[in-house]
Amino acid sequence: MTRSEVAAPAATPAPADRRPGWWQRESTEPVRRNLGLIGVLVLLVAVGAYTRPDIYLNSDLAMRNILTILTQASTIGVLTIGMTFVIIAGGIDLSVGSLVGLASVWCTTLATQSYGWGGMIFAAIVVATMAGLVNGVLIAYGRLVPFIATLAMLVAARGLAARISAKRTQVNSVTEINNIAETRILGIPLLVLIFAAVVAVGWVLLNRTTFGRRTVAIGGNPEAARLAGINVRWQTLLVYGLSGLCAGIAAIMLVSQTNSGASTNGEFWELDAIAAAIIGGTALSGGRGTIIGSLLGVVVFATITNLFIVNNLPIEVQNIVKGGIIVGAVLLQQFRVGGLIRRKP
Amino acid sequence: MTAGDATLLRLTDVVKTFPGVRALDGVSLEVRAGEVHCLLGQNGAGKSTLIKVLSGVYKRDAGEIEWLGEKVNFASPQAAMKAGIATIYQELDLVEEMTVAENILLGHEPRRAGFVQRGQMRRAARGVLARLGHPEIPVSRVVNRLPAAAKQIVSMGRALSREARVLIMDEPSAVLAHDEVANLFRMIRELTASGIAVIYISHRLEEIREIGDRVTVLKDGRAAATNLPARTTPNRQLVSLMTGRTIEYVFPERPATRPAQREPLLTVQGLGRTGEFADVSLTVHSGEIVGIAGLVGSGRSELLETIYGARRPDAGAVEIGGRRLRAGSVGAAVRSGIGMAPEERKSQALLLGEPVYRNITLATFARYAHAGLTRMDRERAAAAAVAADLELRPRDVRRVVSTLSGGNQQKVVVGRWLLGRTRLLLLDEPTRGVDVGARAELYQLIRRLADDGVGVLLVSSEVPEVLGLADRVLVMREGRVIHEAPAKDLDEHGVLDLIMAGSLTADEVVVP
Repeated sequence: MTRSEVAAPAATPAPADRRPGWWQRESTEPVRRNLGLIGVLVLLVAVGAYTRPDIYLNSDLAMRNILTILTQASTIGVLTIGMTFVIIAGGIDLSVGSLVGLASVWCTTLATQSYGWGGMIFAAIVVATMAGLVNGVLIAYGRLVPFIATLAMLVAARGLAARISAKRTQVNSVTEINNIAETRILGIPLLVLIFAAVVAVGWVLLNRTTFGRRTVAIGGNPEAARLAGINVRWQTLLVYGLSGLCAGIAAIMLVSQTNSGASTNGEFWELDAIAAAIIGGTALSGGRGTIIGSLLGVVVFATITNLFIVNNLPIEVQNIVKGGIIVGAVLLQQFRVGGLIRRKP
Repeated sequence: MTAGDATLLRLTDVVKTFPGVRALDGVSLEVRAGEVHCLLGQNGAGKSTLIKVLSGVYKRDAGEIEWLGEKVNFASPQAAMKAGIATIYQELDLVEEMTVAENILLGHEPRRAGFVQRGQMRRAARGVLARLGHPEIPVSRVVNRLPAAAKQIVSMGRALSREARVLIMDEPSAVLAHDEVANLFRMIRELTASGIAVIYISHRLEEIREIGDRVTVLKDGRAAATNLPARTTPNRQLVSLMTGRTIEYVFPERPATRPAQREPLLTVQGLGRTGEFADVSLTVHSGEIVGIAGLVGSGRSELLETIYGARRPDAGAVEIGGRRLRAGSVGAAVRSGIGMAPEERKSQALLLGEPVYRNITLATFARYAHAGLTRMDRERAAAAAVAADLELRPRDVRRVVSTLSGGNQQKVVVGRWLLGRTRLLLLDEPTRGVDVGARAELYQLIRRLADDGVGVLLVSSEVPEVLGLADRVLVMREGRVIHEAPAKDLDEHGVLDLIMAGSLTADEVVVP
């Protein structure tokens, strides 16, 4: 009997259910990314502490400075939360800055002001939400590319705002609205609290509701979502409506800060919101993103702005730095995704 | 300068492996000038891989390719094309927005000082089209405004303008109407008369008889036979060379009771979609597995998607449990208890970046939710039960689904419909890209579902799978159901004959 040498298949280490450590697990990817952003934030604070120790290391001034940063961040932050939903759903909303302008003008006309603060808030939110829903209808049912539909809305809303206001800055004399920006609760500005509330609601909406689950599904794989019985178009419509709603809230916050409404309000804010969402780890291809990441993205941007202001550096340079940070963050993401693919056998 | 029967291309023991698959397992083949060499084989036999190796898309792992007597190694499709091997793929690779002339001379436009000479380009294109016998195609017309047959001619024109000496055509007749096929054959004859060799891939035996000179049959990555005379080799011999797979699958036993006695669960009446399938009527009873055998492009996947509401039918109706289903609405289908595991797992079924449990509950998470708030603990528990039931490996439902093997991903897709109230399961190629072990498990699962009263409608390119798994088999060809019989009354030969030739060969007719 000949002894045949059969190469025994190498005992594959049982891929088994031995779970990898939390730092290796795919499901904690977003958490790790957010830790990275916190690292960036710490770095920025260190730069602040080095260049202006009188502000950043003074316990009294530091606290006040942090609240300033957060107040700065709050308006665009609200837009960013809406934008995060849109991008996770696989879209983009270029119109939010214009919608802030339109809503701020609409709610500060003399006619609207005559209805008092409730009428103003109602007007701003309804106008912006309706415009967002129009975006949604065009995209979901008119099959327009989101970029085109919201670009058209960007232009049209800006034009409508200029038309309504006759290109004049409309002074707001409803004190309740103007007081929002002045009010502090337990020492924290109301604007920051509004932002915090939007973040909290956004987090629950994205992570704990069927609405959030459908949003991730239609952005991650619209065909799979459709074949699982999810109404992709309806969900798309709702997501753009949500983004419009956020623009309405931001418009009220802005009016309270400037005591006025103007058709030029919110110019280029859509870009800041998109940038903040992206450095927060929201994938432009859809299906991936976190509210906490977007929050950190907004705060990182606001902190950079603050560093430039306290150091009396020119604003142009700040924009160059911001551009660099956007590119850096996206490069880092691509590197991670690439790593994920390569890791597979 | 006809080179007579000079050998243009010779392959010796060409091997190409992919992770887990030996797609080409030592193929040898020679192609002579002026011949039409037909490639025949079932899905997965290695035809596509062979084409891609020849045209420089894949690099072979072993073996030799000789081109005009010299050993070659094409590093890229461009290199193969430059040498004189042109490929016309099924989905034609034309630039839809460019003109006919621009497409024909794409990549080697006549130019002077960096400027394209448009007049000269149009003249060259006209010359090429005239050679193909189609001077009537306007060279300045944008390609996307041409009918499919004309696009194919443009594609051939491109090959001709490159002075190709071997033309590989992958199922060129699939997109053509009957009289257009005759025209295609006329062009092929003219090309071969001038010494060009054509490698012709088709599933239609009658075409191979008409146009082919020699036939090579591929099976399991090997040439089962080569240089058979195309005109005289009997169908029976060709089919038997293609069949008899080396891997035997274990199929679960069929239940003794005949489910056909029960009330029909799904009734499809005269369903049709223009250009895809027509006048399809079928029934599926609860507890029954009905298989649809047919080639890619026979309309089987489209039929499944139409029943499911993912496509809107032009004619006919679908009834489930005696109630008419709203056409064109997946939501309505899912609510009436229909589930589908689509053909393309990754692009049509999975959220690859999401955890397993969220993929399993993708169609049902709203049912676990309370007032719009998801209940992930309940979802995870339900998904874990499914995972245990399907022996998902690894079992952890919090893992991201992209880290699972193909077979386990497929279990996730099928497992999705174990939750909720699925009465009818539509399965499109449920074992594509699934390894042998996981296949057997999937077969067991499908049979167990049927035993529990679920009706199953199964589409597969693999005839043995349909025959082994299904209770009843429908054969589809060119958008129509041409045969229906209990699976035990059919064999692989008979079904392949029906799929490819449209009728049972005389000596294969099975007496019921």
